[in-house]
This record gives sequence, structure tokens and C-alpha cells, in this order.
Amino acid sequence: MTVVAPLLGVLALAAVSAVGAWIGLTTLFCVVIPYAAILVFLVGVIWRVLSWARRPTPFNITTTCGQQYSLPWIQSSTLENPHTRLGVVGRVLLEVLLFRSLFRNVKHEFVSRENAAPRLAYKASPWLWLGALAFHYSFLVVFVRHYRFFSEPTPRVLQIVEMLDGFFQIGSPTIFVSGFVLLAAAAFLLLRRLLLPQVRYISLTTDYFPLFLVIGIALTGVLMRYTAFRTDTAAVKNLCIGLMQFKPPAATEPIGAIFFVHLTLVSCLFAYLPYSKLSHMMGVWLSPTRNLIGASRMRRHINPWNYPVAVHTYEEYEDEWRDKMKAAGIPVDKE
Amino acid sequence: MPDIQLPPPEELAKVSFQPRPQGWMDPQVEFRPGTWSYAGKPKALETVGMPNPREWSPTDADWKLPANWKEVILQGLRERLDKYRSLKVFLDICVRCGACADKCHFFIGSGDPKNMPVLRAELLRSVYRNDFTLAGKLLGQMVGARELTMDVVKEWFYYFYQCTECRRCSVFCPYGIDQAELTMLGRELLNLVGININWVMEPVAKCYMTGNHMGIPPHALKDNLEFFADDIENITGIRVDIPINKKGADVLFVIPSGDVMADPGIYTLMGYMMVLHESGLNYTWSTYASEGGNFGLFTSHEMIKRLNAKIYAEARRLGVKWILGGECGHMWRVLHQYMDTLNGPADFLEVPVSPITGTRFEHARSTKMIHIAEFTADLIYHGKLKLDPSRNNAYKVTFHDSCNPARSMGLFEEPRYILRNVCNHFYEMPENTIREQTFCCGGGAGLGNDENMEMRMRGGLPRGNAVRFVHERYGVNLLTAMCAIDRAVLTTLMEYWVPEVKVSGLHELVGNALVMTGEKERELNLRSEPLNEGGEETSD
Ligand code: HEM
Ligand code: SF4
Ligand code: SF4
Repeated sequence: MTVVAPLLGVLALAAVSAVGAWIGLTTLFCVVIPYAAILVFLVGVIWRVLSWARRPTPFNITTTCGQQYSLPWIQSSTLENPHTRLGVVGRVLLEVLLFRSLFRNVKHEFVSRENAAPRLAYKASPWLWLGALAFHYSFLVVFVRHYRFFSEPTPRVLQIVEMLDGFFQIGSPTIFVSGFVLLAAAAFLLLRRLLLPQVRYISLTTDYFPLFLVIGIALTGVLMRYTAFRTDTAAVKNLCIGLMQFKPPAATEPIGAIFFVHLTLVSCLFAYLPYSKLSHMMGVWLSPTRNLIGASRMRRHINPWNYPVAVHTYEEYEDEWRDKMKAAGIPVDKE
Repeated sequence: MPDIQLPPPEELAKVSFQPRPQGWMDPQVEFRPGTWSYAGKPKALETVGMPNPREWSPTDADWKLPANWKEVILQGLRERLDKYRSLKVFLDICVRCGACADKCHFFIGSGDPKNMPVLRAELLRSVYRNDFTLAGKLLGQMVGARELTMDVVKEWFYYFYQCTECRRCSVFCPYGIDQAELTMLGRELLNLVGININWVMEPVAKCYMTGNHMGIPPHALKDNLEFFADDIENITGIRVDIPINKKGADVLFVIPSGDVMADPGIYTLMGYMMVLHESGLNYTWSTYASEGGNFGLFTSHEMIKRLNAKIYAEARRLGVKWILGGECGHMWRVLHQYMDTLNGPADFLEVPVSPITGTRFEHARSTKMIHIAEFTADLIYHGKLKLDPSRNNAYKVTFHDSCNPARSMGLFEEPRYILRNVCNHFYEMPENTIREQTFCCGGGAGLGNDENMEMRMRGGLPRGNAVRFVHERYGVNLLTAMCAIDRAVLTTLMEYWVPEVKVSGLHELVGNALVMTGEKERELNLRSEPLNEGGEETSD
């Protein structure tokens, strides 16, 4: 159920948009839904980020992953246990750009031995890290490349990206690596979820749904680019630029069902992002164990709701023990 | 004494990692003996005015909760969601990638899927989804939402008290999601309706009234310290002084009280006394602030503050300049990450300066409190202590990074620097088991009680295994740790997993190696055993 339901969901979305293309609901699928999705996305991102940012971080709960800044002759770890703001920026950027913490991943293994308790071994396990990096970077490149549908002429930077991405130039159309990497990486993440017993055990419908969505998007994209389903890119560009200028073309030439599917799935992904676990895109910046300065004895961290509490005072304590203290020769405040 | 029958280590180490086929959503807990802790006694709760004091046991069908328990917990969750960004972010963004799963010592040692940090979090997250998110309200089970039922509460109790708040999971999570934070807040919610364990509540109550976990009254504390001074005199011929509650001292010295009572912590305490005496620091003990440890950390943020308040209060009363802290793990989490925020600003104190070396401890310029490892490392670096490391030649030492000084402070090099100076044989455990990746002793956060013995041995399996590794490879026979809970819990753990290895604190070894001015020929170590018994004199 956990796997099938989200798969069916994505297939249903695809089917509905294909039907939409077939009966010619162009305005609905090419204008209304994308606009709505963008709106839902923007509102969602702002709402979500505010929902975190307006909550205080009452304590400095940095997870310190390196030597503290202390004595001058001990080398401190600026990035793993930053004691400056700059260090924190570096630490967060390492997380965002290189998935630093995921890189630490190891797998434990019991190595059995004769007549003795088994030995625990830890093996570096970079696969999740590699898969996740491949996934996110290819997603980013694919995303950036789409910009050419929105601008005329194609900007210089983008041409460079395309050149790098398309270094397998084998005739026309140029093969862009990113799309295939995205597909492969998403497939890897999916298989990992299905095949590793522990990961499967923790996975919910909401973990499979975005994966199917991304796979659907990448698949339709690749189909449109390289197969008989080829789409009229001029018409797409016309539509996109129109959408950008809030002047959607009144009557577009028929673009093809597969494009409808692609666009609808993308719209769903965007609309879904801020309300789901995909909000980790914003959340990773706000995680208090990573974005606070480690050296908490150096600066006082302020808790805005710190309130007075009942304590057992020294006076009360001395009242309870004064005779015993005096007998033992321990100094007291009140004789 | 609970009678927990443990299988032999080879048996316990056969851990099955096959999750139940039916998933985790339906709550199910079996309170198997040896895997849970006794409930908090009503008297302890009354002492500190916590809700719903009563006699009860987790194995009872009826936990005698107030009629509106569900409202109370959900309201508590609502409030905390507004007060802690950590809680909200951690509940919202987990992608269930599983990177944290096998990073928890309790999962490695038990194979119970709900001991994967991600699932421990889902126990709470599922309730959050159900009552605080639209998707959860609409789609329920389908999106991983669960209603808060009594069975869910029991599950929370079982698994939030199978987490030692060690923070190892948060090192590996791509977003730094920290199950320790969620466990802390989860326990806080349970405490709202009177669900807690005695091994936490009893120390809390004692600490509140007498100033320390052990409930040591002032005169007894003095007696104990005198007793250790006698021992030191026997061993070294030097009588160390014991300043207590002394106004006009420069420095207030605060330790975990476990070191005053229990073997082997007492030897570390003797080590402190010797170093402080030899350095000539003008310091004082306090009978009121006689505990730096703080089981409030395992109860609620409010309780952290209530128990911690005495440290600054006493520093102010005695008029000291700054504060020095002993070797303790969770105590240092509180001192490093909570004290200044909760009970500061300590503007009546001065930035710590070592009068012996002149070193100004800038890194503690706000909190005004430094760790004794920082103090001693600085003394050694400046050549202010005369050391004879060969006196520790009987020991082949390995060092256990205690969770909190490691992952909530980053105190890695100071103790190692000291170790290299006070003993000749120091070997590191494998790199995935030390420093920020260190494995818990399995008995922190209040879980170090006897009735929880099976879970302790399971949780301590990875640590035990790493010690066995260096024992077999290098002949390591001493496990040194800067934590009072470790010194107690690791001792039992070693007896079970690696009986050849003993446990010590860092300053015990410093005390052994320390050549005190005017001391007599040393024949005994701090344990009053003949020096270097069974050990070779030369280094290899
Ligand atoms: C720029 C926007 C981002 C988008 C659109 C995005 C999208 C996604 C998606 C769709 C998944 C699902 C994979 C799955 O369920 O298995 C995912 C997973 C993941 N993302 Fe991102 N992400 C973004 C940013 C980031 C950032 C900045 C990080 C860095 C910390 C990150 C780290 C991860 C990780 C570790 C996974 C887990 C892979 C897994 O679930 O197996 N993401 N992300
Ligand atoms: S590592 Fe972090 S994001 Fe991944 S499952 Fe664990 S808590 Fe969730
Ligand atoms: S904090 Fe430690 S004990 Fe708790 S879930 Fe994480 S790894 Fe396990």
C-alpha cells in the first residue's frame, strides 16, 4: 500500500493531464495549473520559512563535530565546531553544497569469530551520499537548463552549462547527461528504499510519492527530448515566455499530451514541496544543531522566554544544616 | 536488587536485524524485564513539586494518569512547538533517508527497529502529524499520522527511556536532526502527567535539597574529603588542604558528586585534590553547590535551570572570581550549552585566568567556567607540573570520549594531551568509535540502573566491542573516561564484555604521575596498589 498508493497517485495525475490534452483543456493545464502551482509554492515557502524563523532557538544546541576553540596551542576545528560566524557559514554551506554529514555515513557489520563474541566493524558507506549528490546536482542542472525556455536569447551562462552538460555530443539532439543522471539517481534512491529492509520499514507513502513524481518528470522530459514523442520546442518557448510576461498565448498550437503530463507533474512537485519533507530544502539552513556558533561559553546565548523558577536557596539550605555544619567546622553565614 | 538474568556475552551479541513485517504504526510494547527502568517514587516528585506523584509501575495496565492526560500532553506539545524551533524543524524536515538508523548504540545492540533514531522520532512525529498538520488530519495513517493513545504513551516511555541523549545520530543526519533534543522534549511531555523513572527523579530530588545527587549532607562531604586526604597522605606523605565554603577563594570547584562516593571515581577525586594542591590555586569546595551534574537535563528544561541555579549563586555568595568544573559528561553539556543562558549573565565573575600560568581562558569569557582538563593541560603545557609517567606503566590505556564533552563541547585534545604526558602506553580505539563518533556507555540519561541491565549491556555493546579490539590488539587494560556516569556504568559494562579491563578517570592517572613537592618515595598508586604491579617498567 505504502508503495502502490503513491505510484497510482502519480499515474493518475499523468492520466488526467493526458486526457486534458486530448480533449484540449489547454488553458487549464498550461496556464491555470502552472500559475496556481507557482502561487502555492511561493506562499508555501514563505509560510514555512516564517513558521520556523519566528520560533526562537532558546538554547545553543550545536552538535560539535570537531575540536573546540580553547587553548591557543590547540588547533580548533573551524568548520566542524565553528567559534565564529564565518565558520558557521562555512559549516552550513558544506552541508548544503556537499552534504558533509551524509558523507560520514558508515555501515556497521558483525564479523563473527570462533569461540568469541563477534567483532563490530564499520565500513565507509558513501552510496547514499553519492546518490543524493548525483540526484540533487542533476536536478539543479536540469532545472537551470529549463531557463532557456524562458528567455530570448539564451543567456551566456546557460550556454556554458549546456556545453558542459552536453559534452557527449553525438549528433542532434545534444545528449544532456543531467537528465539521465537524475533518472538513475532517483531510481537508485527508490531501489534503496525498497530493498534495504530498515529503510523500507521507515518509509511512508510520503517518501515514495516525491520519488515517483521526480521519476515521472524526468522520464517524460527525456521522452520529449530524445524520442518520437518530440515536442515542438518553439511552441513551448512561446508558452513559457507568455506565462512569464503574464500574457499567456491565447490559442497555442497543440503541444502534445506528453508535455501536459510533464508540466502537470512539475506543477505538483512545486506545489507539494513546501508542505512536505521536501521542505528540507529550506530547513537545512535553519537547523539549530548546525547553524549556531559552537563556542557557547564565549558568548551568552539569549533565550527570549527564559523565566524565573523556584530554587532551593543557600539560606534555606543553611537553615536546614546549620548545626551540623557548625559542628563540622564548616563556615556558615548566620551564626 | 532486581534479578536480571543476562545471557552470556556471545549470546547477547547475536543481534537480529529483521524488522517485524507488519510495520511500526500500531503501538506495541512488551515490558520485558531488564529493558526498562522503575517508575519515579512519589516522594521524589513531591520534593520538587512535579505533577501526579503516585505509586505505579510501567508493567501495570493502569498508569493512573489524570483524566485529561491527553489534553495535557497535546497542549504541552503545542506550547513547545512554539518555544523551540528545533522541535518544529526536526519534526518537519526528516526525509527518512535512514542515515541515522544504525548510528544508535541501542539499535546496534538490540536490533529493535524502534531504536533507530529516525523511528524514535517518528513515535512523536506521528502524533504531531495527526494533531498539528493538515495532511495528517485529512489522511491519517496513510501519511504516517497516529492518534495519541495510551499505547502510544507507553511506547514513548519505553523508547524515550531507551535513548541516552548521546547525540550520535545528529552527527550523521544531513540536517543535524538531534534525537536527543526530541527525547528531552518527549520526556518533558511525559513528565507533565507524572511519567518518569526513579533513577532520574531520585537524584533530581536529592540534588535539589542537599545540593548533590548522592544526598551527601555538608558534614559528610567534609568527612569524605578528609578521608581522601588521609589516603593521599598515606600514599605521598603530603597533607593536602581541603578548603570548604571558603569566602575569598579565587575559584569555586564543582564536581559530579559520584566521585565522592563510588569506586573508581574516588581516585579521580584524589587526583583533583593533588593537582589543585600542587598548583597552589586558591580554591574552595562548596557543600551547597556540591554537584555539577544535573539530572534536570533528563527531566525538563525548567528542572535544568532549577538545579543549575546554585552554581552561580554560590560563586556570588563566596565571592570567587571564576569557576572550575570536574570530569563529568552531562554536567558539561549543561555548563557549556545551558548554564549561561538559563542562569547568567555571570557578570559578577571575571574571565578565568590561571594564576599559575597567566593563561586567560578567553573561550570561557562569558560563562566564566572552565573544565579541569583545560586547566591541567594548560599547567602541563607551561611545565608547571612535574610528572613521572612511568608510574602508570602498569596501565595500557585507552580513552573513551564521553558523549557530551565530545558532541556538545568538542573537548578532544585536552584530555589526550594530558594522557600523553601522564602515561607511556596510550592507544586509541578505532576511529569510528571515538571523538565525535564516540559510542555511548549505554547508561547515560538516567538509564544506568540495575533493573535496566539488559538494555545497558546491549547499548554498551559497540563500546565494549571497541575496547575488546584494543585489548586484544595492544593489551589495553584500562579504560579512561572524563565522566562520573561512565566511571560507574563502564565498570559494569567492562565486567560483562571485557572483564580484563578496568575503568578510571583522567585525573586518577594525573595523580599517579604527579610528583608533588616534598613527597615521599611513591610505592602505591592512588588505588593503594603497589606501583606497576604486573606491568613492565620500560616503554615499548
Ligand atoms: C534545492 C532544493 C532541493 C530539492 C528540490 C530537493 C529534493 C529532494 C527530493 C525530491 C528528495 C527525495 C528523495 C527521496 O525521497 O529518497 C530529496 C532527498 C534528499 N535531499 Fe534534497 N532537495 C533539495 C535540497 C537539498 C539540500 C540543500 C540538501 C542538503 C542537505 C538535501 C539533501 C537531501 C537528502 C540527504 C535526501 C535523502 C535521499 C533519500 O531520501 O534517500 N536536499 N531531496
Ligand atoms: S538521518 Fe536525519 S533525515 Fe535521515 S532519517 Fe535520520 S533523522 Fe531523518
Ligand atoms: S541520541 Fe543517542 S541514544 Fe538517542 S537516538 Fe540518538 S544515537 Fe540513539
